[in-house]
Amino acid sequence: MKYIYDLHKTMLRQSMVVVYEGEVTQDITKAVLAMTERNMDAFGEAGNVKRKVFNVMVECLQNVSKHAENFDAESNAKNNALISIGKDKEEYVIISGNAVLNTDVQMIKGKIDQINVMDDAELKALYKDIIKNGSMSAKGGAGLGLVDMRRKSGNQLGYDFEPINEKLSFFSLKLVISRGGGE
Amino acid sequence: MKAINIAKTADSPSIILDKANGLFEISGRSMPLNAQKFYQPVLDWLDKYSKNPNPVTTFWFNLEYFNTGSSKLILDIFDRLEEMKDRTEVNIRGFRDEDDQEMELTEA
Repeated sequence: MKYIYDLHKTMLRQSMVVVYEGEVTQDITKAVLAMTERNMDAFGEAGNVKRKVFNVMVECLQNVSKHAENFDAESNAKNNALISIGKDKEEYVIISGNAVLNTDVQMIKGKIDQINVMDDAELKALYKDIIKNGSMSAKGGAGLGLVDMRRKSGNQLGYDFEPINEKLSFFSLKLVISRGGGE
Repeated sequence: MKAINIAKTADSPSIILDKANGLFEISGRSMPLNAQKFYQPVLDWLDKYSKNPNPVTTFWFNLEYFNTGSSKLILDIFDRLEEMKDRTEVNIRGFRDEDDQEMELTEA
């Protein structure tokens, strides 16, 4: 059972607010949001920072709900994913990790690389183009999540892909929201 | 015409569409996982309403937060309201100037 203590120490060291591993449903999204909001309220976080963290978390968690692939059929897990919310003096760090199809990796990379190098005006133009001309996916996505996370966080999106097997990769997404001097 | 009256939940807004009493209002947090599915009854209702609308249609959006999926559907509601402007005086109310996201929607 020592790993519990190790996990506890790691979480304290990394200033983890919430860590969740499992299927990400809309109910889990609401619960993780409620825990994070309570933590931010308890520490008297600034309103504009709370709002940004909330916005970015919704898009991040709902993306996972919609797109995570089942990679462990034996455990009966549907779309097992990892969600972690951490903070330090300067920033909040929201990380999601979930399986995606290898055939989607290049598409996801391409999208993130594209929006990472855009400035505010370009991001605004892209957002408007998608909201006006894009169509809703079968899963109810508007295709705006990544652009919105980039804009609301005010920072580039960090990402990583680790191969799981010949069909799947583990996709990690890191979103950083600065705490100081928000507009 | 039958009114729509949906109570708010933790992740979806209250919706009142009531032709007889001239009430058109969406209030609360809007972050359903499938916004298309959630708002489809609203779009269907507006399609029917637009055939024989009241002289004035004042639509209130009192949304404290909406996710990207909802923003797309709110824009669809704007489009429906725009289309009926030659048959009814449309007023869109409730979007606050200080909120960039909301203002962008009205510009889009």
